[in-house]
Amino acid sequence: MADATSKQRKPIRWHIAVFLAPAVLIYSLLMIIPLLGTLQQSTMTGDITNRAFIGLGNFVTLFTDPRWSSGFWNAFRNNIYFFLINMLVQNPLGILLAALLSNPTLRLRGFYRTAIFIPTILSFVIVGFVWKLLLSPIWGVTPTIMKFFHAGQFFQPWLGKEQYALTTLSLISVWQYVGVPMMLVYAALLSIPDEVLEAAECDGITGMNQFWKIQLPLILPTLGIISILTFVGNFNAFDLVYVAQTAAAGPNFSTDLLGTFLYRTFFGMQLQQGDQNMGSAVATVMFLIILGGVCIYLFTVQNRLRRYQF
Amino acid sequence: MMTRLHIKLMLATAALAVGTGLAPAFAASNLTIESWRPDDLPIWQDTILPVFMKEHPDIKVTFAPSDSTQYDAAVRSKLQGGSAGDIITCRPFDASLALFKAGQLADVTSLPGMENFSPTAKVAWSTDDGKQAFCVPMASVLHGFIYNKDAFDKVGITAPPKTMDEFYADLDKIKADGTYIPLDLGTHDQWEAATMGYQNIGPNYWKGEEGRKALIAGTQKLTDPQWVAPFKELAKWKPYLADGFESQSDSDSTNLFQNGRAAIYPAGSWAITSFEKNPDLKMAAFPPPVAKAGDECYISDHVDIAMGINAASKNMEAAKTFMTWVASDEFAALYSNALPGFFSLSSHEVKVKDPIAQQFVAWRNSCKSTIRSTYQILSRGTPNLENDTWTASANVINGTQTPEAAAQKLQAGLDSWYKPAK
Repeated sequence: MADATSKQRKPIRWHIAVFLAPAVLIYSLLMIIPLLGTLQQSTMTGDITNRAFIGLGNFVTLFTDPRWSSGFWNAFRNNIYFFLINMLVQNPLGILLAALLSNPTLRLRGFYRTAIFIPTILSFVIVGFVWKLLLSPIWGVTPTIMKFFHAGQFFQPWLGKEQYALTTLSLISVWQYVGVPMMLVYAALLSIPDEVLEAAECDGITGMNQFWKIQLPLILPTLGIISILTFVGNFNAFDLVYVAQTAAAGPNFSTDLLGTFLYRTFFGMQLQQGDQNMGSAVATVMFLIILGGVCIYLFTVQNRLRRYQF
Repeated sequence: MMTRLHIKLMLATAALAVGTGLAPAFAASNLTIESWRPDDLPIWQDTILPVFMKEHPDIKVTFAPSDSTQYDAAVRSKLQGGSAGDIITCRPFDASLALFKAGQLADVTSLPGMENFSPTAKVAWSTDDGKQAFCVPMASVLHGFIYNKDAFDKVGITAPPKTMDEFYADLDKIKADGTYIPLDLGTHDQWEAATMGYQNIGPNYWKGEEGRKALIAGTQKLTDPQWVAPFKELAKWKPYLADGFESQSDSDSTNLFQNGRAAIYPAGSWAITSFEKNPDLKMAAFPPPVAKAGDECYISDHVDIAMGINAASKNMEAAKTFMTWVASDEFAALYSNALPGFFSLSSHEVKVKDPIAQQFVAWRNSCKSTIRSTYQILSRGTPNLENDTWTASANVINGTQTPEAAAQKLQAGLDSWYKPAK
């Protein structure tokens, strides 16, 4: 049999190309070409009518001219803080919720699962608007509720204070997206066969120990995926800040993320004219940051994760 | 396979033929207006446009606004992509100038009707040398303070304040009474702090046009006392604002005043229409108080809105006809009265019927007019002076930055790119 096939000339397998073509075409058209366009635009200066190549000039300006670099690094620092809050609050919370949900004795599991996941599918416009209203010192229910619990003096206009605004927004983002890690971890927990847990019990590992020693190692690959999704999502974040704080990212730029910085640079704001070349440079830097983060994950973390087959 | 392709091709050609055949018949008479004021939709559709279309039955005009915050970006990409409407509502100064320089707005210098506007009215939509105009000026907005008459009666204020000292004395009375929020301003959106705060009371200190032009000429600096003074006043406002004013947006402020919960609203005249939606609200207006009794008063009479023609419009003749009408006295009267708070810039004598708008417009006779100090030329570079003024004004009101530090930062930002002609 092996002999017969090796003697025959292999036909060119057209069907592979044909089946790949639609995806490759659409992906190139919608993703690759615009991406290359952005990269190219970031090396130019001037507007449509007279455009000139300046190599890395825009990047030099972005990093060395204090008028640009201070804004950029401020947005970068805020973005890291935003990411850390999401990593430290959203993901552990997601795991906890998933662990609770996978408890077979919990009643109304379906209801909780849906209720916690629903904010994820809400539009960010609704999320931003609803939270702005909830936290509003004028119309919001938060001050009323806090007064009811005799904690009225602790109420602050959180979205308007420099020292709280970014944390508040990060927590709103956590509220919105906690459903994603919860669902992924929940699915991973469900895929662990009962035999493994039963075997562990026979060996005397029960309760919390079972979670730390058996379940957690088994869901680590999922946690890796969640981390990288959070990273990419957070460094692309823009919408929530835009809706809640406008593109001015106030107060005093304390909620400015790379996304809003990019928006102001590229499209302009009020009297500030948009600069598409500078904007592309910012977009390129954002792309490189995300690419770098994903690469670090792929080459260091991903390789060390052990996968278990059942 | 072959036949299906054939049919498709035939259909496509047929559609093309129909499309091109019909295009001229429609195109000659359809105009679309791009605007950043969705609030005005009913006014344009029910009041203004029917008058024009009655006179010009062959031209059909549609008002197609987009959201104010997205307007500039949207119009720019639409113009580049060739999908923008025929008539473009023009922001003042550089945003429109940039569109004109890119060849996206048509030259309207010699359009019939342009003679109805003074050079001052046209300044925001002319090239720096004033030789070419690219938009027909429509209206300006005035700044001042609108107050709740009931609130003033309750605490026993008989006449609106004329000086800053009286202003603070009145605010103290209202605060002591406790029924009303004394001063209805938030800092959440930042622009209101600059526009309704700094630019509202500022002209009295920097003497309107005199100071504004000196700043452009480089003979005055933002760190000079007359430019720091308005910041020093803003720094005193915090105790009179509502609890949590830091996250109070302008729409919150408008709602509070409209519902009669606030006493004094630092205003742009454009807010009149929304306040008049509450028929029970008794209100009146006073111009920004001066520092000392007897000082000359200055008001911000800011050129705000104009209309230009998309240079790539396929209906150029119809668009020109429409723009000439926009420059006419008929339009000026229609517009000023349909939108109280927007005051026509044309030199026609326009009778404003709205009582509050009348009070505003009367200040043009008693005080000297100026435009916002940051708008002409000074916001051309990076960092942008106007946007920096937003942040600075909000910081000063919040108490997170001193007036002097704010002024210093603004001047340093301006110095980094602006070299006044010597």
